[in-house]
Amino acid sequence: MPNASARQLDTFPKYLISNAERLGSRAAMRHKEFGVWQTWTWADLLSEVRNYSIGLASLGVKEGTKVALVGSNRPKLYWTFGAVQALGGVPVPVYAESVADEMQFVLEHAEVEYAVCQDQEQVDKLLSLSDQLPNLKQVLYDEHRGLLDYDHTRLHSIDSVIARGAEELKASSDREAAWLQGIESGKGADLCVMLYTSGTTGRPKGVMLSYDNLLISSLNGNAFDKLDSSEEIIAYLPLAWVGDHVFSYGQFLTAGYCVCCPESSETIEVDRREIAPTYFFAPPRVFEILLTEIMVRMEDAGSVKRRMFHYFMGVADRVGEKILNGESVGLKDRALYAVGGALVYGPLRNRMGMTRIKVGYTAGEAIGPEIFRFYRSLGINLKQLYGQTEASVYVTAQPNGEIYPDTVGKPSIDVELSVSDSGEVMYRSPGVFMGYYKNDEATASTKTADGWVHTGDAGFIDDNGHLHIIDRAKDVGKLRDGSMFPPKYVENKLKFFPNIKEVVAFGDNRDFCAVFVNIDLTSVGNWAERNNIAYASYQELAGHEEVYKMVQGHIDQVNQDLSKEPLMAGAQIKRFLILHKELDADDGELTRTQKVRRSFIAERYEPLISALYNGSTEQYITTEVVFEDGRRGEISATVNIRDMQTYSAEPMRKSA
Amino acid sequence: MKNHGTSLVSNIEPGQEVLSVQNISLSFGGVKALTDISFDLVKGEVRAIIGPNGAGKSSMLNVINGFYHPQEGEVFYCGQKRNAMKPHQIAHQGIARTFQNIALFKGMSTLDNIMTGRFTHMKTNVLQHAFWRGPAEQEEIENRLKVEEIIDFLEIQTIRKTPVGRLPYGLQKRVELGRALAAEPVLLLLDEPMAGMNIEEKEDMSRFILDVQEEFGTTIALIEHDMGVVMDISDRVVVLDYGKKIGDGTPDEVRNNQAVIDAYLGVPHE
Repeated sequence: MPNASARQLDTFPKYLISNAERLGSRAAMRHKEFGVWQTWTWADLLSEVRNYSIGLASLGVKEGTKVALVGSNRPKLYWTFGAVQALGGVPVPVYAESVADEMQFVLEHAEVEYAVCQDQEQVDKLLSLSDQLPNLKQVLYDEHRGLLDYDHTRLHSIDSVIARGAEELKASSDREAAWLQGIESGKGADLCVMLYTSGTTGRPKGVMLSYDNLLISSLNGNAFDKLDSSEEIIAYLPLAWVGDHVFSYGQFLTAGYCVCCPESSETIEVDRREIAPTYFFAPPRVFEILLTEIMVRMEDAGSVKRRMFHYFMGVADRVGEKILNGESVGLKDRALYAVGGALVYGPLRNRMGMTRIKVGYTAGEAIGPEIFRFYRSLGINLKQLYGQTEASVYVTAQPNGEIYPDTVGKPSIDVELSVSDSGEVMYRSPGVFMGYYKNDEATASTKTADGWVHTGDAGFIDDNGHLHIIDRAKDVGKLRDGSMFPPKYVENKLKFFPNIKEVVAFGDNRDFCAVFVNIDLTSVGNWAERNNIAYASYQELAGHEEVYKMVQGHIDQVNQDLSKEPLMAGAQIKRFLILHKELDADDGELTRTQKVRRSFIAERYEPLISALYNGSTEQYITTEVVFEDGRRGEISATVNIRDMQTYSAEPMRKSA
Repeated sequence: MKNHGTSLVSNIEPGQEVLSVQNISLSFGGVKALTDISFDLVKGEVRAIIGPNGAGKSSMLNVINGFYHPQEGEVFYCGQKRNAMKPHQIAHQGIARTFQNIALFKGMSTLDNIMTGRFTHMKTNVLQHAFWRGPAEQEEIENRLKVEEIIDFLEIQTIRKTPVGRLPYGLQKRVELGRALAAEPVLLLLDEPMAGMNIEEKEDMSRFILDVQEEFGTTIALIEHDMGVVMDISDRVVVLDYGKKIGDGTPDEVRNNQAVIDAYLGVPHE
């Protein structure tokens, strides 16, 4: 075997071997089990992955075999990536919570032959599909609960596969060398992983990424934020999301840091507090929920604590960001901020598990400026990032010290960025994907011959070189009077209120802008409790007169804000309603990454939309809902519609 | 005295009798709670006891675990005839139960509540606990591992440190099941484990009961009013009415038994 320095590190399995040599006894992975953090060192990890991989080979996994991964962030599922890749196979992570027919499409399209599941729930889902999946040969599982009396001819526990590998290794002395030889023959240009995009429109597409794509992007990401083997992160995002793949696998192997898997998806907050990660990656929703919870708890706290919180948050709001950015701040404010640090910010950071955070990223959607500033003013280096699956995440990111809440930063290392004449953002980088699997048509319309990728997002680059994203290019519409209507821009402004969870704006080719609103049950529920408002369900609370008044107040605020922006003044909201049910991915209203599917919603709630535009004040609607196990039900309601006041556009002010 | 249930049951094969009651009659003063009842429980089965209100189901469970001693008839446990017992003997025979009305320590955490179920497996004495280091500490670590396995099994990691009084009803029932499991029982008695639950909680609880049976091979006797649940998860069903046994057999046999149908739906008196 060639030594580490001579070996070219161009695939992830090669990194694994090199890390085991270089970092041998350091912690590579942790998993909280039975209330205690269990640890694997890099040496342990290599030996587990090797045994697992050899076990898989004896089950028939070989070069080019597609292996689906279904489940949450468990060490053994992460090992599966390495074990499959070491054999030249291709892992295909799938969103674990997708309903059966969504999953069927992906598994069928990817021609998956093996599937690795977390538990009985996922195994059941796959077995129920096995008639429609002729390619599927074997199913593996991590947790044996409830599976002992299943027919095990096509079913294996991961542990048994690992044990099988270990036996083979013991039985034949050259088995290990053959395995290493297999890894050596891997090349950077090989297909590394297939990630299915959740598909805001139409069927998901399989994005093929090579080792080169992911390795270079990961290494650049490490360099940009100076990440090394001392980092600890907590892995909790869906395995099938490119963000998690780079963050918990690509950067994990290239930087050699430690990935910690939570006990269960419900215990993340406690687990995060125990680990106190140094690097953190989350969609804005996670930060929103965290902030809403803190605010709700503060409302319930004693008056001394509450006053202290509000006073020091005021201080932080004034100077916290400046201190973080290294700008000059008066001595008195510095002293106050230090006191606040001991009394408020420190305990808060600890509560959120962000005591040791070196850098945190938010990506996927726009984050509310208030939310963003809240975290930064506490001294948490939260930054924004703009990325795509097709780019192996990184397109732009905010460099330290250049943080503006309304931009997504400068081009990342090695990324070329441009804006087309139609206003669409385009990029070219070493991370650009190989193509969509079995979909040359889509590949050709997304990626130009010389490697530029259409993002599908409308945006512009400002004088500082920072990119601003307005909306999906195809969503930016026009009202009948010709003024611009960017639905997401309007929606986001409303969603920044903690009481509002989701908004869908309509207005393209119509006379005015009107919105559907989903209230946030945690926040509004708490408000209702404090104000003695009784309610039995989401539906009842959503239809409550006081709730309507509150939302009306929020929309009024947004209209005032919009009227101050000359481009957007026409998009003020004239009418709104509060939906009688929460928008849900199981009903197809949101994508698996919780993005609104506007056209689908428009079709589904057609009667409500016509009511918004024909002047009626209420409308009856019946909606079919799908439960997680595929059962269907119906809910119906009479939804109220309200009118809003709009403001005349303020004349454009000259900015200095 | 040590929990001796495990050693008693060790020479009983799955499918063989763990406990049988023979011609049991129990009365409180003039009230006849049970009259001449006989049936058996075989190792590894889920045995349901059903019947209308006041049929004597809970009394039957109390006879099974030895809390009541019947005036007539005999109870055979692991092949031995069982005599009247003192409370500490009852606790150590390897039979654990949950209650119709939850009987947890409301102010204690989930973890501590389940830990109390380990009581019969602890050997160290007060002095050793006062000194703590050494055997007492070692014992606590061993027992904590067992408790954590149960927490993992019942998927209640999130509420590990929450006082049970603050938990919703369905979760309290799950904690109570956890405490019973912590005793590593030979025989698990569940008195209306699904009472007051919604469909989803019932589905979860059914799943857990079946998992207990599969994973630990525990024999389970349960009282339940939800016929859908009973017919789905039990291997055999005993039906009581006014203290008498009116049916016994597989769910299908019981479902088609005329006496059972009459007891549940009523018969016209002519």
